[in-house]
Amino acid sequence: MTLFLDALLTGLTLGGMYALVALGLNLQYGVARILNLSYGEMLIAAAVLAYVLFGLQGLSPLVTLVLVLPLAALVGCAMYSLMLTPLVRRAPNRNALEADSLLGTFGLLFIVQGVMLVLVGGGYLSYSFLAEPVDVLGTTLAANRLLALGMAVVLGLAVWLLLTRTRVGTAIRAVSVDPVSAQLAAIDVTRLAMIAFALGTVLAMIAGVLLSMSMTFSATMGMVFTMKALIVIIMGGIGNMAGAVVAALMLGLVESFVATFIDPALTLAASYALFLLVLLLKPAGLFGKASR
Amino acid sequence: MSAHKIFPGVAIVCAFVALGFAPALGNDYTTSLLITLLLYGVLATAWGLFCGPTGYISLATVAFVGVGAYTVAVLGEQLPWPLVLLVAAGLGALLSFLVGLVTLRLSGTYFVIFTFGLTELLRQLVNWYESTISGSVGRFVFVDASSSSFIYGQLLVLLALVLGLGWWLSRSRLGFALRLIGEDEQAARHCGIDTTRAKLIAFTGTSVFMALAGAIVAPRWTYIDPAIAFNTIVSFQVLIMALLGGLSRFWGPLLGVVPLVLLFETLIRHFPNHFSIVLGVVFLLIVYALPRGVLGWVLERRRLPESTR
Amino acid sequence: MSAPLLQVQGLGRSFGGLRAVDALSFDVAAGEIVGLLGPNGSGKTTALNLISGALLPDRGSVRLEGLELAGAPAHAIARAGIARTFQLVRVFERMTVRENVQAGLMYGRSDHRADPAELLVKVGLGGRDALPASQLTYIDQKRLELARALALQPRLLLLDEWLAGLNPSELVEGVALLHALRSTGVSMLLVEHVMDAIRSLCDRCVVMNAGVKIAEGTPVDVLSDRLVIQAYLGDEDEDVRCNDV
Repeated sequence: MTLFLDALLTGLTLGGMYALVALGLNLQYGVARILNLSYGEMLIAAAVLAYVLFGLQGLSPLVTLVLVLPLAALVGCAMYSLMLTPLVRRAPNRNALEADSLLGTFGLLFIVQGVMLVLVGGGYLSYSFLAEPVDVLGTTLAANRLLALGMAVVLGLAVWLLLTRTRVGTAIRAVSVDPVSAQLAAIDVTRLAMIAFALGTVLAMIAGVLLSMSMTFSATMGMVFTMKALIVIIMGGIGNMAGAVVAALMLGLVESFVATFIDPALTLAASYALFLLVLLLKPAGLFGKASR
Repeated sequence: MSAHKIFPGVAIVCAFVALGFAPALGNDYTTSLLITLLLYGVLATAWGLFCGPTGYISLATVAFVGVGAYTVAVLGEQLPWPLVLLVAAGLGALLSFLVGLVTLRLSGTYFVIFTFGLTELLRQLVNWYESTISGSVGRFVFVDASSSSFIYGQLLVLLALVLGLGWWLSRSRLGFALRLIGEDEQAARHCGIDTTRAKLIAFTGTSVFMALAGAIVAPRWTYIDPAIAFNTIVSFQVLIMALLGGLSRFWGPLLGVVPLVLLFETLIRHFPNHFSIVLGVVFLLIVYALPRGVLGWVLERRRLPESTR
Repeated sequence: MSAPLLQVQGLGRSFGGLRAVDALSFDVAAGEIVGLLGPNGSGKTTALNLISGALLPDRGSVRLEGLELAGAPAHAIARAGIARTFQLVRVFERMTVRENVQAGLMYGRSDHRADPAELLVKVGLGGRDALPASQLTYIDQKRLELARALALQPRLLLLDEWLAGLNPSELVEGVALLHALRSTGVSMLLVEHVMDAIRSLCDRCVVMNAGVKIAEGTPVDVLSDRLVIQAYLGDEDEDVRCNDV
């Protein structure tokens, strides 16, 4: 029974993390229409930053979390205006933009990963922060995991409120559903695309810091996160924020149970199997695209 | 047949014959370099034959190369070499057929995303299988087909074949259909083209070449494990080469293979730690400065139409 | 009396809760030009998409000379003999004019292959073979799309607002072209808004509103039908009530 509970809690924590990550990518792909393959690298970069700051300065990752917020926003805006705006401008249609942004962010993936490899090498990294075990429902969970889960929930809610209760958030959702009509409603789609992209970067980097607190990671893990985030948003329906959260939880739980009861080395295979099923049965996503 | 139509053909045949003598004329290092050039030549050309006209971006090249390599590792000592190659080709075809069946009915985005993770997935699956069922993660490859000149010769033939395929496609109905698919897939369907079938045939066919290339060079490694056989960077290198060369003609990718192979060889020897960064920078240069590759740039300068004939 | 060329029966398609096309039934006889009319959002283009296979119907049947086509993929329907043009012109931009027509030739009738040069002359693009399609003007691109559709040698041609966006002289040319085509035996189903063209081209009209057929008959009858006028212009009675106040 405890094994089951263990797997369940781990799955929810993992799912919560995936949800944050997927929300960020949904903002970038569903709203800004950028297929950002370097997304996972941003996440890992933040994790590496937390690790380095903790190791060098003894800086608590919670502080890094706060530092990362403006940093990520800056990085996101810079990336969008320097790298992606030229591509947006020259793309004749959405497909061309997707192909170009895919390739461009691909290149960025290697640069970011390369820099991290030079800085911290390719080995596994981790640090000990709040690693004391906590009793939860009869099983023990590391405090940092609980914290990560808690923060993921809080942040997820914050994003939810932002998207549903503020003007900017509603505008973002409008662009995600129909950019043409959004323009007709006097929404500056390009400016909003940049905001959405930057917000996505923020979410990725926050998730990266949270991840570094409770899990072991390496400089080359970025790609796997990007992959999983992509799988989640496709499963949930591209642009569908609520769908992404549900799909993320599903993925987290599936991975956790496969790792606990079958074999931890098969988690990616399990995610892909899920992905395959969705592609075969409901390619528009389990909940469909956020549209009419 | 006019003289100016025969000349390129004769020149190419002469070039291939001359290349055939290269191992005898050079030394171990030049032969090894030439093998690398031929390998990437085959992979980049095969990649370009499907991805060029259709605009679908496959990030799974090395998945098929790895399948070919593992076929040799597993069956190399049990079956005669031609049969091993046949099995490798068959497995490559099977894998690409299954991937294509699932993703090619859908838009290009799903295809890219699926192929993005495919190599990593295979690496983990093979790793799991080898460690849990076979007992050891690596395998030794002791096969008779390991002499450099033999590998070189096979790759030369394979390159000739894949270029021949490209030439045939540029004149065939299938090749035309692929270009129409890249233009406007829905309009192509309304012209009666079974776009899924066309894509599937082209994708599977070109993947067979990748699997064969993997099988042919596998003996060079003597020891393989999933990380070596399913090395994702190779997919990306092939992608850059094809893009740098240009996809408007079937021989375009070759233009990117030569400079980049030389660049990468230099990098690995002198700046191994910065390999990834340079790879990324080259990529960005191509995307921003040479989006249609060297070939496209040249065609634009001479104001020639991009579509063939 | 021979069976109609096209038989649409009970055709329906919904998107979520919206019934875009509901229980649509009508026929097109061989050699006829039938107009599919209705205000914006009435489901005309959706109906055309269902017939051409661009969309899958939820229910109903579409028969071409008795052959059931509903649910078949677009390429099969094209090969069976239904060709179409699109509301927003979709030519193969980076290919030449000639190549665009050749695209249509691929699956046309093989026993008597259409001649691309002839087709181009027929639509008014003679001698422009080698031009990239992107360099053509809007109306010329429309002509090219038509030539490509004709290259398939279809039994039935679906035209989705083919006359839209043409200035008056182009309109005259366009209508004349369609008349000329009709005399070569091509049957057509036109989605159109241009009333004059409808009156001069169509043998019969089918009018849709909110996904359902509300009238069918000759252009004269249909365009003076009260329900049709209401659909296009709004409810007369409401106007009267307003005037009373």
